[in-house]
Amino acid sequence: MGGIVGVDVGGTFTDLAMIGPDGRLRIAKTPTTTDNQAFGVLAALEEAGISLPETSLIVHGTTTTTNAVLERKLSKTGLITTAGFRDVLELGRRTRPQAYGMKGEFRPVIPRDLRLEVPERMDAEGNVVTPLDEAALREAVRALLDAGCEALVIHFLHAYANPAHERRAAEIAATLWPNRFITMGHALLSETREFERGVTAAVNASVQPLLERYLARLRDELAGNGYPGDVLVMNGNGGMVSSARVAEEAAKTVMSGPASGVMAAAYTGRVAGASNLITYDMGGTSTDVALIRDGVPPVSNEIEIEYAMPIHVPMVDVRTIGAGGGSIARVNAAGLLEVGPESAGADPGPICYGRGGVTPTISDANLLLGRLDPARLAVTGGVTRDAVAEVFARELGAPLGVDAEAAALAVVRLANAKMAGAIRMVSLSLGADPRDFALFAFGGAGPLHAVALAAELGVPRVLVPVRPGITNALGCVVADLRHDYVRTVNQPLETADLEALHALFAEQVSAGEAALAAETVAIREVRKSFSVDMQFVGQSHVVRVLLADGAPSRDDLRNGFAAAYWERFRVELQGIEARIVNVNCSVVGVSDPVDLSGLIDPAGRLERAEPYAHRRVVFEDGAEETAVYRRDQLPLDAVIAGPAVIEQADTTILIEPGWVARGDALGNLLVEVAA
Amino acid sequence: MSIDPITLSVIQAGLAQVCDEMDMAFSRAAFSPVIAEANDRSDGIYAAEDGALIAQGAGGLPVFVGTMQDSTRQLIERIRDGVTPAPKPGDVYIVNDPYLGGTHLMDVRFARPFYRGGEIFCWLSNTGHWPDTGGSVPGGFSASATAVEQEGLRLPPVRLFKEGRMDEEIYAIICSNIRVADQRIGDVKAQAAALQVGADRLTALLDRYGDDVVRQAIAELRTRAETQMRRLIDEIADGTYSSVAWVDSDGVVNEPLAIRLTVTKSAGHLQFDFAASSAPCAGPMNSVRATTLSSVYLAMRHIFPEVPISAGAFAPLEVTGIEGTFLDARYPRPVSGCAAEVSQRIAEAVFAALVEALPDRVTAAPAGTSGNFALGGHDPKRGRDFVMYQLSGGGYGGNADHDGLSNGCSTIGISKAPPVEIMEQNFPVLYHRYALREGSGGAGRHRGGLGLDYEVELLRGMARASFVMDHGRFGPQGALGGEDGAVNEVEVWQGGKRIVPEHLSKAQDIALEAGDRVRVRTPGGGGYGDPNERDPELLSEDKRLGRT
Repeated sequence: MGGIVGVDVGGTFTDLAMIGPDGRLRIAKTPTTTDNQAFGVLAALEEAGISLPETSLIVHGTTTTTNAVLERKLSKTGLITTAGFRDVLELGRRTRPQAYGMKGEFRPVIPRDLRLEVPERMDAEGNVVTPLDEAALREAVRALLDAGCEALVIHFLHAYANPAHERRAAEIAATLWPNRFITMGHALLSETREFERGVTAAVNASVQPLLERYLARLRDELAGNGYPGDVLVMNGNGGMVSSARVAEEAAKTVMSGPASGVMAAAYTGRVAGASNLITYDMGGTSTDVALIRDGVPPVSNEIEIEYAMPIHVPMVDVRTIGAGGGSIARVNAAGLLEVGPESAGADPGPICYGRGGVTPTISDANLLLGRLDPARLAVTGGVTRDAVAEVFARELGAPLGVDAEAAALAVVRLANAKMAGAIRMVSLSLGADPRDFALFAFGGAGPLHAVALAAELGVPRVLVPVRPGITNALGCVVADLRHDYVRTVNQPLETADLEALHALFAEQVSAGEAALAAETVAIREVRKSFSVDMQFVGQSHVVRVLLADGAPSRDDLRNGFAAAYWERFRVELQGIEARIVNVNCSVVGVSDPVDLSGLIDPAGRLERAEPYAHRRVVFEDGAEETAVYRRDQLPLDAVIAGPAVIEQADTTILIEPGWVARGDALGNLLVEVAA
Repeated sequence: MSIDPITLSVIQAGLAQVCDEMDMAFSRAAFSPVIAEANDRSDGIYAAEDGALIAQGAGGLPVFVGTMQDSTRQLIERIRDGVTPAPKPGDVYIVNDPYLGGTHLMDVRFARPFYRGGEIFCWLSNTGHWPDTGGSVPGGFSASATAVEQEGLRLPPVRLFKEGRMDEEIYAIICSNIRVADQRIGDVKAQAAALQVGADRLTALLDRYGDDVVRQAIAELRTRAETQMRRLIDEIADGTYSSVAWVDSDGVVNEPLAIRLTVTKSAGHLQFDFAASSAPCAGPMNSVRATTLSSVYLAMRHIFPEVPISAGAFAPLEVTGIEGTFLDARYPRPVSGCAAEVSQRIAEAVFAALVEALPDRVTAAPAGTSGNFALGGHDPKRGRDFVMYQLSGGGYGGNADHDGLSNGCSTIGISKAPPVEIMEQNFPVLYHRYALREGSGGAGRHRGGLGLDYEVELLRGMARASFVMDHGRFGPQGALGGEDGAVNEVEVWQGGKRIVPEHLSKAQDIALEAGDRVRVRTPGGGGYGDPNERDPELLSEDKRLGRT
């Protein structure tokens, strides 16, 4: 058996992790090639010196679909919908982009002239009100073909309750449509809410051709270089699926990258004995946060990837905070310091990148405080520490009445306070107290801020994995196969037909098992999990109730709902009628475990931890000559008391005074408050 | 010695966090979708001496930006005057009296003194929109009420919680006077729990930075917010600016009501004078003082969103001349239209007055109505009564940067509208259309956004339809040469006959039978700038996409 390669294409870099047949790890980092991500992938394979003929599996995380949606570089797609409802995709849910400010724009996924209507109508119970007008449908399909559409969405009201019209329409359309890019509204997630379901289907259709073409090119390139196997793609649900089939449900890949990071965190945490984690992935422009309980990454059906752009398919629940290394600091008209939400982005980026950035950022502040190595400026060239200091003194220091260094400290302090606040909000919204978790720090900038954030949040422990910069790629390596099914049933708990419910679960299980059987990857076992989403009648939000098996009794459902409601809201409500809204099932094909010890290179390690240098680092309580370590030289059982800086190729870890870092056998660092 | 600006920024972020966590706790635990989903609520921190707004959650409903400090101030004064009993730690007052710093009766405020060392350090307060507080119609929005008693139960400030325990006797009185009372306990618990969260988080903040430092920071932040607002105001050239905005009618007497506004700008100061506005009206389109002030504040915050929500930011904004007008109605005038409709007309008057002075920041008028259509009746198939609300959006005004947004939320709200599929699941109705309203955006260099066009049929049984909307007589105003947006249109098809309500946008209890239909076309936004200056490419796109 050959090596397993994980490749994650991010906004800026393409990261690769490969576990060889010998258990050893190889990594590579190359610039992302935006126009055709395949080139960056090939460059990464080449940099890692990977022999494709000897590779047994390639798992791929991609931002192809995410970028296409955010930049609206979509395939020309047409919509056929119920008469009277073609504007649902543009009307949205009657909102505005922000609470204050009456400006704002919204671009629907499919423009109005490509949204056509046909006579047909179901009622909320799935009864036919108006039969499908098949002649009108054919005419609409032809009109969209004539308009040059490449993909087609068929989205009818209440199709979750009765999909017969959608199915018949798709059948007819398939006889006219030249390719298989036809998405039915109920197919991805059979759930109530026409806007959300419609946008999900529209996104799916309009990225299908792009994803399919990209993957075909990638497969061709890889095959041309001798790779014999299938390429698997990371889905947003944290499971992988064959690249030959992934485009059918292309919308599921929009959270591919963030999901794989969370999967890697969960895997690493389970192995390291930390199963309750807040993942903290701080990059250049934003920070992703997710909450892992009992080693299981949370999955949500209600991700919104930007204003009024809901993607309602089961995906790992990753929340984005608008703060990153490139977040801009300034002094506002009230004479107060502000950090973000504007970002210098990747280009020009912070001043210290030397790409022409002129506004102070969080990364620049870290540099001035000695937390990032000023010697690295030599690499970027063109900018000196003094030049950065001068900008800070002028832009921030002067109006605040302090020097450049104090201004830099203020920027980091405020940024940490705001990030900690945002992380609190994420965990509270999920009914969790952050103090019950460890912070799992990754991404380029995460480990630099993590300890200070933990202190701010009252989190007792920070876990810094061996390779924070390639966590997403590692997530691809350790991923399982996974298929999720959701069906809206909307039945009162007390009168619900339980036999039908059990039959529905059984149907979902066999669909999942069939999907797994179609994959070429070997799996060790199949795991199934069952849940229902429930609510009190009169409410509109649902609570997920986890079930032990696919044959729950009424008492199981009643007690499970009461417990889940209490767990989430700390409110007990008796005597109010409850309802079963959705029936969910996940079928996971568990892959062989990956030995993470391959992530560390035992060569070149010191007997005991010794700094390679000292430099002046500014902390909250003043500057200190601080020991600086090279992580790849640390013995695995290293114990390092803060203040300290630990550097590695992909990140810098800051150990604040009063905290102590301990290595474990797998090379992770656990940072805790000193006893 | 004065507090350093860095600590100040961090404490400002800390105070904002306390409010955000209260907002979240309230929404998460609330039973009613109007709070849990639509976020029709707000939480904040208010000064011990005078109730001045220290910080309020950024996710609160905009119409509450200025009401809660007034409500808290009046409570503090009543306690001082011995009208309302003095608090003990753990007490929570409940009040929904519109004339004591409120909006309509459904907006119920809780206020809790926050103690440090035995003294009241500040007040924590929140407002939540209860689905019903009694009165002649379910939900409280009667278009034809002529006295506040018809609108629901009115509570003066009383201690619903005494030293941490709910007073079951007061609660029993409330429950006997409101509809679907059994579900209210979920909201009451959530509203009180949010204040507890605020108390816990504020305690942590004070323990960390020290009471004196935080007290100093609060004072300094107030001064600085004031300075910031004065600087922004100085973008406006000195002088006077005037506008008129019209409310269709009060729902009882079919005469338009005028909001006549003269804004006078002098150094760092804006005076909003409403003296020439209409007198208090017979129907429910009166505003109360707190809502009128809050409407001016929220309009200014739409213009300057960067200013924090704080008493300091409001200090340079002086509102005069409302006494004796319908913008300062007194007991027993009915007021249910103040928060949802009159407030938006006041904001429109502010936008219309200032758009010439701030052409880059201010937009032409938005649809500016909550579009409240209520349908109450009996569903024979399910054997139960129902009340359905369809609140709808409309077009936003064109502006310096682009065309107005289509189907945006009300100026004073932030909530989502329910999907048609959910409405049809819950109520015996069938929608025949839910679409962009073609041609409704006011023409201009940048066109107004489009309104909504929906048509709904009653499937079975009998029901009564009521409407509280506005802009039926006058469309949202265009600006700088732009044309007005289309007016709101309501039509009811009753037994095959078309009925247009006498008051156009307001009507009460129109009887419907199975097969009858209601069609509503909501306003488009006002146009911005001379229509002749519109980019020909945009014109042809409008045509191609059927927008005009």
